[in-house]
Amino acid sequence: MRFGVVQFPGTCDDRDAVLACERVEGAEAVLLWHGDRSLDGIDAVVIPGGFSYGDYLRVGAIARFSPVMQSVIAFASDGGPVLGICNGFQVLCEAGLLPGALLPNVGLRFVCRQVGVEVVNAHSPFTRACERGQILSIPVKHTTGRYYAPDVKLEGMQAHGQIVLRYAHDGNPNGSSNDIAGVTNEAGNVMGLMPHPEHAVDPLTGSEDGLTLFASMALGAPARA
Amino acid sequence: MKARVLIRPKAGILDPQGAAVERALPALGFTGITQVHVGRLVELEVEDASQLEEICRTLLANPLIEDYEIQERANPAARS
Repeated sequence: MRFGVVQFPGTCDDRDAVLACERVEGAEAVLLWHGDRSLDGIDAVVIPGGFSYGDYLRVGAIARFSPVMQSVIAFASDGGPVLGICNGFQVLCEAGLLPGALLPNVGLRFVCRQVGVEVVNAHSPFTRACERGQILSIPVKHTTGRYYAPDVKLEGMQAHGQIVLRYAHDGNPNGSSNDIAGVTNEAGNVMGLMPHPEHAVDPLTGSEDGLTLFASMALGAPARA
Repeated sequence: MKARVLIRPKAGILDPQGAAVERALPALGFTGITQVHVGRLVELEVEDASQLEEICRTLLANPLIEDYEIQERANPAARS
């Protein structure tokens, strides 16, 4: 199993994402530079958090036009698994690979804290190592994390099992519609979430619950010598 | 040609920035002010104004959450 972790100018969680991927048994991870079109033979893409291209104009708006994103879009269209975390989630929404958009937090403040995240759908390629109803302890750290999609869209997403993670215990940190923390596309192979599973991979920092998402992605992926 | 693009949050989408401004005004003695919304202004100079619509749709605004309005302004007579 080989993960590719995308690196834009302004990405800051790429090294943590590589570390998280490499903690999955039998997995390796490589960095994918934003200016390269090559995906280097990877089996799954992770778009980590940070501030791609400074997030000038609007979060994620400019990163979607980068050369590597053209390859990621093609990879996703072929059914390849793509996980976007925080800024990566924003990029995937801007690229049209995920429905909806991320808006400024309702409180307008940067929020940085550990939250409980409930697994609503444990059948997705990103949560199949979890159990439905399981609460993962994972940190959030963002200013623009309020998930929005029109009501009629949300209903369709609900019906298709696209709402995969919700903030638990009334702990919605940003005013997201329906407490949504993570969603997939309709095909289920692209997921975005605002919490940072890559920061929850070691008991030393309070939780290793984030590992289950990376482990889920590795289940069913081709084994590598 | 000079153009201005006004970008504002779509009606019905919560605009906490506008709400914060609205809440601040009474503290300064301004009353009777409602419906405050904060958006962005992009000024640009374009050779071919027919591109503006697509520029707005693909980059300057996210049509899911924002409305945009293009104001084209012919270049004023040359000033030195």
